[in-house]
Amino acid sequence: MVSLNSYLIVGAILFSIGAVGVFTRRNVLIIYMCIELMLNAVNLTFISFSKFLNDMNGHVFVFMIMTVAAAEAAVGLAIIISLFRNKATIYVDDINLSKG
Amino acid sequence: MQLLMFYIFSLGAVLSATLMVTNIKPVTAAMNLIMTMFFLAGLYVLLDAHLIAALQIIVYAGAIMVLFLFVILLLNIHEKEGETARRKVIIQFGSIAIVGSLFIAMAKLSAIDPLMIKAVDPAFGTTKSVGKLLYTDYLLPFEIASFLLLAAIVGAVILAKRRIDDSE
Repeated sequence: MVSLNSYLIVGAILFSIGAVGVFTRRNVLIIYMCIELMLNAVNLTFISFSKFLNDMNGHVFVFMIMTVAAAEAAVGLAIIISLFRNKATIYVDDINLSKG
Repeated sequence: MQLLMFYIFSLGAVLSATLMVTNIKPVTAAMNLIMTMFFLAGLYVLLDAHLIAALQIIVYAGAIMVLFLFVILLLNIHEKEGETARRKVIIQFGSIAIVGSLFIAMAKLSAIDPLMIKAVDPAFGTTKSVGKLLYTDYLLPFEIASFLLLAAIVGAVILAKRRIDDSE
């Protein structure tokens, strides 16, 4: 029987890898993928707590997180397409539209 | 057996996530993220969350990542990476490693109060029980989620259609 802590540690490691990606990468698409990875790590934590507490509500939360992730991906990728059309770049160093 | 599967799935997930973060090409990174999604679906099956495992593969690996790949194909990207100063990367990596080890320590130390554990439900994680919960206790959030998706569709179409300079 795998303990709850093992699952939580896997979730924490995946979340940290996603955070490293968000802070070190310069490609907007890969930053987006890292955000998806962080959401997935949180989902894993929800599911493992749900299993070990015998409580189904965590599954509903994961369902909602998946909905939000899908909406976020659609809108975010539309923003990236619009940005690429106007600025011809997807590197965050070159994007300074709202710089004062 | 369960322990072996847990080690295979979690090692695979962590390995492919690392490959995703360190890869320069967005297509390879997307493929590695799809691998991570599949390994996580395996972990969900180990945790008796069968519906969530199926949704993970259908929604994440099937829909969201295909959207990512379409956008990567649409944008003609020339790779350039690594202009960030080396020292800055080391500082960022170090700080995240510290925070990450805090997370991991918290995950290692956390425990469940045995009083909180309910009786084991034989229908745990099945489509029927999740659906029943969605349509009774969580009916309002469920409907709000459908409105959110509608707003996201309209927003994505409008954002991808117009240009910034002819917005007036």
